[in-house]
Amino acid sequence: MDAHVEQFPPYRKSEAYDEHSHDDHGHAHHEPGFWGKFIFSTDHKVIGIQYGVTALCFLFFGLMLMLLMRWQIAHPGKPVPLIGHLLELIFQHPGMANPAAGGVISRDLYNSFGAMHGTIMVFLGIVPLAFAAFGNYVVPLMIGAPDMVFPRVNMASYQAYFLGGLVMFISFFIPGGAAQAGWTSYSPLATSIPTHGQLFWIIGMILLISSSLLGAVNFIATIIQLRAPGMTWMRMPWFVWTQFVTAFLLLLAFPPLEAAAIMQLMDNVAHTSFFLPTGLAIGGNLAHISGGGSPLLWQHLFWFLGHPEVYVLILPAMGIVCEIIANNTRKPIWGYKALVYSVLAIGFLSMIVWAHHMYMTGMGTVISTFFQATTMIISIPSVIILTCLFISLWGGSIHINTPMLFALAFLPMFGIGGLTGLPLGFNVSDIHLHDTYYVIAHFHYVVAPGTIFGLFAGVYYWYPKMTGRKMNEFWGHIHFWCSLIFMNLTFMPMFSQGMAGMLRRMADGGANYSAAVNSKAGGDVIGGLSPFIMSLHTPILWAAICLGIAQIPFIVNFFWSIGHGEKVGTNPWKSTTLEWQTPTPPPHGNFEHTPHVYRAPYEYSVPGHARDYTPQNEPEISTPAAPKIATTAH
Amino acid sequence: MEIPYTVEARPDTGLYNAKVGIWLFLASEVMLFGGLFSAFVLLRVGAEPGTWPHGWQNIVLGTINTIVLALSAITTLMAWVACKVRDFGKFKFFHACTLLLALTFLCIKFVEYSEHLNHYEITLANGDIYDGDMVSNDPTQDHVVIRGRKDQILKNGEPDLYDLRAQKDIPESEITIPRSQISQMDNYGPWHNNYLALYYTLTGLHAMHILGGSIVIGYLWGPGRKLWKKDPERFTNRVEVSGLFWHFVDLVWIFLFPVLYLT
Repeated sequence: MDAHVEQFPPYRKSEAYDEHSHDDHGHAHHEPGFWGKFIFSTDHKVIGIQYGVTALCFLFFGLMLMLLMRWQIAHPGKPVPLIGHLLELIFQHPGMANPAAGGVISRDLYNSFGAMHGTIMVFLGIVPLAFAAFGNYVVPLMIGAPDMVFPRVNMASYQAYFLGGLVMFISFFIPGGAAQAGWTSYSPLATSIPTHGQLFWIIGMILLISSSLLGAVNFIATIIQLRAPGMTWMRMPWFVWTQFVTAFLLLLAFPPLEAAAIMQLMDNVAHTSFFLPTGLAIGGNLAHISGGGSPLLWQHLFWFLGHPEVYVLILPAMGIVCEIIANNTRKPIWGYKALVYSVLAIGFLSMIVWAHHMYMTGMGTVISTFFQATTMIISIPSVIILTCLFISLWGGSIHINTPMLFALAFLPMFGIGGLTGLPLGFNVSDIHLHDTYYVIAHFHYVVAPGTIFGLFAGVYYWYPKMTGRKMNEFWGHIHFWCSLIFMNLTFMPMFSQGMAGMLRRMADGGANYSAAVNSKAGGDVIGGLSPFIMSLHTPILWAAICLGIAQIPFIVNFFWSIGHGEKVGTNPWKSTTLEWQTPTPPPHGNFEHTPHVYRAPYEYSVPGHARDYTPQNEPEISTPAAPKIATTAH
Repeated sequence: MEIPYTVEARPDTGLYNAKVGIWLFLASEVMLFGGLFSAFVLLRVGAEPGTWPHGWQNIVLGTINTIVLALSAITTLMAWVACKVRDFGKFKFFHACTLLLALTFLCIKFVEYSEHLNHYEITLANGDIYDGDMVSNDPTQDHVVIRGRKDQILKNGEPDLYDLRAQKDIPESEITIPRSQISQMDNYGPWHNNYLALYYTLTGLHAMHILGGSIVIGYLWGPGRKLWKKDPERFTNRVEVSGLFWHFVDLVWIFLFPVLYLT
């Protein structure tokens, strides 16, 4: 061991006084029981898998809600086939009108499906999967840490998430059903709906926000404190950088929403008027409130989280894609430093773009102008990232496997999502497009074939590390191609529907609105929706159903491969990063010896080396003298 | 492998893990209270002229509470210093003081809340407004009794009770009001107006932080002190981290006091 490394205090041996270490650390021979191992585990790898599996379940649940909504849009007023009676049974409450009477989804039920689809996909599906699951499992391994820095806080984070999810899920089955005011829960609408769904939503959100905060503190502290000797900031895999920035966004952007949630909770239970204006009428009667509140305040606080949240969704997926592209092109990522500075710039800028969601609120043209400018500026680092990833493909010896397919598809799909966002960022064009299906199509291109493809890529890529087996390639290809085709068939027509003026959140897909407008003008007038635009609902429904079916190969593959997948060694992808330089699955404590890092993360195909990859912990053979370890330099 | 830097500082950051963690947590706390303070600014600026209350708080009690928290900041610091010089007796003394001061703060807060909740604004059918502490609100009686006064309506059409700063020695008397004449009767709860809503939300959240901090300090003072014998340095770090949180909670009050009491 050389002198530089000795500057780091040796890792502490097991300490008897620490009740925690007695249970979980330092006693490798002490195997915790089922509860200790799977339910109350403090091991980051188990927690990562817990997060991942729970989040995948919620993603599937969100997908089912979407299918029900698409049915209702394409066939308003028709009973849902196959599960209509089941819905009727589930939502039966004595003394109340059944919101699914005869298997038909009522408008209220449609609204709560819409609100909960958004909430579940964003807060219970993608954030936990992208940030918490992959971050938990991979980040400590990548930086050469034995675990997360606060293992018990990590466990509490998962438990808060699970409880929050439970509260959200239970809210479907209470009388009156789940929240109906959209995932944005705008007040005063959210406070005026006379059911308890919103209360459950707020409590669920407060739990989820607490979970994210605990996770974010843990991630940042882990990356700052537990990097292995030699793992300097500029030697961190870019995925770790994206998680680092994501954690900061969650840490700083979520609390204002928590403040807003507390205030909406007060509006709900203590009858305050934070978001309720003077003269508010509910159901035709003047509300009995003190008034003087500001609906805009909720929107500001919500979008102060809401926009950084978009980058919380996308950055981890970009990080995953970057790792996979470097690995499968067998060459270093192009522009590593540009990627690092871009992700930092995005992190900062994402905090000052939020009001571009609010051009239509009448907050004033000066404010709109400011946010329009920042919105255009933030597209620059996003384009730099995408460009770096594209250029990285140039001249690589590209290996096509399932993770790489998803990673490659991410690039153009996210490109479509990003570029279609520009007209929404300009406040003039946004006036036409605001709250239409164009917006739906835009952000779904960002998060569905964008982020979710990145996450699928990550699942296929790191699955061998978690289980020691690869997922089946053939069914992976089927999953990929079907998902790609049906994603596009689902979301592409929505651009034209939106530009034609179809509003989102209409329970019948605009049938009534269109009929009313067209009957007055007797044809295809501006404002009405043409028969062609309306007829797109049916192909979208079928594409969405096929998209749902296309996930079956993935689900089967996921479980089947645990026991039957192709067995692989510790480093099946011949990767350079540290998570592959330890046994599979990694033991408790992750590494048998503290790894020492000697080089940059993506040293593929280095000239003069026997292999086409050089792991980060491989010492320089030509220079047996002490390696330079910048972190210890003073 | 053990998690490194739980007690000793990492050489390149100069911090042990929990210290990084608590500073990050405090950053998020700044944003949480920041969100609520920004709500205060927005609602205050958007309020109709003459409808934002001034001088509704008991400044004497508020000042006492400010001093109480300032003292508790000192005792928290002294408790940490006592740990650093390995004087456990002093640690116990100073943190006992911290806990007593925290309890004092919460008791005074409780008294303030009770005073507000017992204070009523009563609007009569003829438009007169009476304002004062409830003396008798027996539902079997056909009248209520308050100790207060009848409000004057100012030139801007608002009752003068919204600005009590300039009004010293308001003559108060017991007033009996028949229930039949009352059109609206409302106590000073969070539902009364946005100022009180913010007051209760901000101070309530702050009081919950005081309570949380007290539980942590109480744990270190009580059952958690076992760690002192085994690893005093680690125990000292715990005292330091909980002290950082406590100082933050004090600092929040330093902002709350002028904003809510003195404006």
